[in-house]
This record gives sequence, C-alpha cells and structure tokens, in this order.
Amino acid sequence: MIADAVIEANGLTKAYGSAIAVDHISFGVGRGEIFGLLGPNGAGKTTTILMMLGLTEISEGDVRMLGFNPAREPLSVKRRVGYLPDTVGFYDNLTAADNLRYTARLIGFRSMEREKRIAAALDRAGLAEFADNRVGTFSRGMRQRLGLAEIVMKGAQIAILDEPTSGLDPHATAELLAIIRGFKSEGVSVLLSSHLLDRVQSVCDRVALFNGGRIVLMGSVAGLGRQVLGGGYVVEIEAEGIGLAERLALIPGVSGVEKAGINKLRLQADRDVRPEAAAEVVAMQGRLKYLGVQEPSLETIYTRYFEAAPRQAAQERTRHAA
Amino acid sequence: MRREGSAFSGLGVVMLKELSDHLTSIRMRVLEWLVVLVALAALYGAIQQIKDTTAEDPFLFLRLFTTSRDPLPSFVSFLSFLVPLMAIGLGFDAVNSEHNRRTLSRILSQPIYRDALLFGKFLAGLVTLAISLITLWLLVIGLGLFLIGIPPGAEEIARSFVFLLVTIVYAGVWLALALLFSILFRSAATAALVTLGLWLLVTFIWPVLSGALAQAIVPPDPRYTALGLQTPATAQLEQILARFSPSTLYAEIVVALLDPTTRALGPIYLSQLQGAVLGAPLPFGESVLIAWPQMVGMIATAIVLFVIGYVIFQRQEVRA
Repeated sequence: MIADAVIEANGLTKAYGSAIAVDHISFGVGRGEIFGLLGPNGAGKTTTILMMLGLTEISEGDVRMLGFNPAREPLSVKRRVGYLPDTVGFYDNLTAADNLRYTARLIGFRSMEREKRIAAALDRAGLAEFADNRVGTFSRGMRQRLGLAEIVMKGAQIAILDEPTSGLDPHATAELLAIIRGFKSEGVSVLLSSHLLDRVQSVCDRVALFNGGRIVLMGSVAGLGRQVLGGGYVVEIEAEGIGLAERLALIPGVSGVEKAGINKLRLQADRDVRPEAAAEVVAMQGRLKYLGVQEPSLETIYTRYFEAAPRQAAQERTRHAA
Repeated sequence: MRREGSAFSGLGVVMLKELSDHLTSIRMRVLEWLVVLVALAALYGAIQQIKDTTAEDPFLFLRLFTTSRDPLPSFVSFLSFLVPLMAIGLGFDAVNSEHNRRTLSRILSQPIYRDALLFGKFLAGLVTLAISLITLWLLVIGLGLFLIGIPPGAEEIARSFVFLLVTIVYAGVWLALALLFSILFRSAATAALVTLGLWLLVTFIWPVLSGALAQAIVPPDPRYTALGLQTPATAQLEQILARFSPSTLYAEIVVALLDPTTRALGPIYLSQLQGAVLGAPLPFGESVLIAWPQMVGMIATAIVLFVIGYVIFQRQEVRA
C-alpha cells in the first residue's frame, strides 16, 4: 500500500448493534504525510479516530499505529500519538501551563524535562505570554492551539486532529493550519478530520471522503479531481478579439468552448492547454487579460460525486439512520 | 490476554490533582464549615448536658459523641446526616463534569487506563473526607479534654477511633454511590438529585417502609398483638429489610461502639439474658464483634457500588 506507513487500517469496522457506524474501511498514512478524513457529520470519522486510539472497541478488522495494535497495546499507542478532540476542553480553573503540567505528569515526564517541553510547546503554539492565564479566559482558537501545544509537548509521532478548524474565524484557522504544516516539516504524520472541505484542501496531501461509514473516494485532491470531474481541465480566458471561440476550439485536446460572460470563455480540455490558448490569442492580435486553469476544488468534487450517485447516497443515509 | 502495562500508572497524578481541586474548591470549604459549626453546636450541647448530670459514668468521654440536649441532636446523629451530604457533594459530578468540560477524551488519550482515572477520583474523594473527619475527630477530643477536664481512657480512644474509621467507610459508601450516578448521568444536576433522592429514601423513608413491608409479608400474629408484643417473625423480617439501608447499618455500628452496654443489635429472647448483668459494659473486642457483620456489610456495599460504576465506566463511550 504505502511504504513507511505509520497508520495502517484494514477492514476497520464499528457496529453498534445492527447499526454500522464504520464499514470495512482500509487506508494507510505515510510518515510526514497530512491525511484528511472528510465527510459530513455522522459519517464515522470520529468513531474511526477513537478506534485508532483504542478508546472504543473495534468490531472487526484491525488497525496498526506505528506497528502497535491499539486494542492490545493502548499505552504504547497513546504514548506516541497525540489527539486533539473535537472542541477540546481544558480545566478552566487551571492556567494553560498547569493544564499541560497535568498531562505531562500523566505521560510521566520528569520535572526538568516537563518544564522545558511545556515552555517550548507553548512558544510553538504562540501561547507563551498566556502561560499563566487561566484557560477559562481563553478564546476558542486559543484552546485549539493549546490542544496542539499539548501534542507538541508530548513529542507525538502522529497527530490526530478531530475537526481542528470548526468554529474558528479565518485568522485563527490560518494560525492553526500554519502549526499543522509545521508538524509535517518535522516528519510528524497528521491525520485530520473535517467537514469543512475548502480549508482542509489547502493542507492535505491526500484525503479520504467518508460517507455513511465508508470511504467513497481516496487520493490526492488533484487526482480525485481528474477521477470525478471527468479527467478534464477547465481553462478560463478573458480576452478581447473576434472569432476567438472558434479558433480556440480547434486547439488539439479541447473538447468544448462555452461563453462565461462578456469576453470570457471557458475551455474544457483533457490537458493543460494554457500555452496554446495564449499563443492563439496573441496570433489573433486579441488582447489577453486573464488566463487561468481551475484547480479542482474538493467542494466541487464532493458535490459532483454525490450528484453522480444520488441514489446510492440516499441509500447510505437511510441505512445509517436505521 | 493480559493488557499491557499497569492499570494504576497515572493513579497518583490523577489523585493529587483531584485532591488539590477538592481542597481548594469553594464547595468543599462551605461543606467543611457547615460540618464544623454543626458539630461544635452539638458538642456544646452535649457538654452542657454532661456537666448537669453525671459524674459516675466510666465512659464519660464517649458521651460526648452520643449525648444530645434539646433542641440539638447529638454529634453522631449530626454526622450521620452530614457525612453522606459531604460525600455526595464531592462525588456527584466526578465523571460527568469531565464529559461536559470535554476533557475526558483528551485525558484518556494520554498513556493511562480508565482505571487510573476512576480510582484516582474515588481515592481523592475518600482522602478529602478522611482529612475532614480526622480533623473533626481531633477537634472533638481536644475540646472534650479542654471543657470536661477528664482525659479519655485507652478504651474510649480505641472505641472512638474505630467509630472514626467506620464513619470514613460510611462516607465511602455514599461517595461510591455518587460516583456511580456521575457515570450514569451526563447531567451533573440529575446525578446530584438522584443521589440525594436515594439518600433521603434509604435514610428516612426506608426504615418506616421496611416495617410496613414486613407486616404485609408476614402479618403479625394476633396472639402476640393481644399481649402488646411484636411477632418475632415480623420483627426479624423488618430488621432484615431495614439493614439494606447503609444508614441503618451505620446507626447500629455506632450504638454498639459508642455505648459499651449494648449487648445485641436485634431482638433478644429472655432466655438469652440469663446470667447477664444488665447495664454492665462489654469489653471493646466484644463490642466490635457485635457490630462486625454490619461493618463488613458496609465495606461490601461500598465495593459493590464502586465495581458497578467501574464496569459501566469501562464500557462507556468517551465521545461527547
């Protein structure tokens, strides 16, 4: 599957009675990779995460975290994996540093190392000046960053983040994503779950789209775009000139041209045809104002996928509700 | 297959954290003041009463605990109300508050087992209660020395010390019950209300109810009733039923320990009294022996309640 995988799930299943929350999912995450679990609420993302941490029983299949089995060796897993739960909570009556101290004691760090790690972690999360403030006074974004600081302090090799950006303003989200990118540069693998597709797109190397307890799509965002959006590139041109549309349609690889507004054209092509299109416009002595290729967005992929398979999605939903 | 590592790693850390939370919480301070003030009032009443009446009692010191003066009840009856209240106050939000603050999954994702968290919370509550009760006990003895002026004998100290231990166990029963409901109910208010309701039931309603139940199950024999006596079978059943309540057990132990003349904790037949010198005190060991089944019953209740909570907690979903 993946060389140097730190997370390997094989046929992972969680059933609550007859209701199946997670249905035979398999995936792998490599070292230093940012992997996104995406999908609507209730799709089974959090359950998958809890199974990976040994916090809920696995009904079927297995998962290996850094080679350890979380059901049998939970302490080894939990010592090496950091977890930021959905809307993380801290003890409001304690200061940020004291909250981390409690965790550090639970992990078992000695006092010298503890203080060093806490100071470094708070600094990384940009909370150094708030170390002695009560967490009760913290904003939501600061709490999330404190959660990341905890993972930094732990020295985790895998960071599992459940909905890290939900409910944050754009500025706080940007700060958080910067810290997450920092994990990657240190070789820490990140698994993050989210239902906010566009924000996640910018940091994830690969994503898995969840629906009804199954992974319905998996791969890099660009790869999924090709797979779902019909393997096409969409090139947008804004240019002044006569008969441009007809000329552009003759470029090899272009399958369609449509008008998208005054002087705006949208080309469907099976490859990136920007150089040829530019050459054509210039050859026609047209005035080229804008030339761009649409990156496939997760949002589009997601919507398009479920438009293509609405009946299947509906079935999934009824089964999930039952 | 054995699980990896120790179930108790992190236990000390959790306990110390919870203990410091308890000892610095406003809730604990209020409860402590309530207990201290009420106990002092009862003690003052008892001392006044003792000064007025007797000088010939060989167990004068124990009278401090049991003597009441209207309108105040005695020190032990105050304790038997306030100790459950304190224990419930410390335990009713132990686990559900971690859920509600959303700290539970974060803490459990650290390399510890759930055992450590639950044991740590229970022990911290018990230690807090023990600290308060020991302080109170020393306070009573000190005040007794100071105000009566007679030093307690070794046996009196021994009896009151066992009484202290039993009171801590009694607190443990209510703490375990509060902990159980804090696991069962997500809302702290529900847990507190249910625990307090159950406490009211077993302490005030159950003793009355067990009498009525016993009479319904084994109707009194009219021959005994005509003589103005209780039917033995009915009386026995009533006692068996009443002993399901930890409050009854505690009251019986207290009577046996603090009143050395207590010879039995149930109905006595006349034949059993042959040769007995009525009103003569029993040795310390014999008194403990009389109350031993009750003590074992109370310890067992605490353990059973804790184990039920433990099993439920192990299987509970951690997600909020």
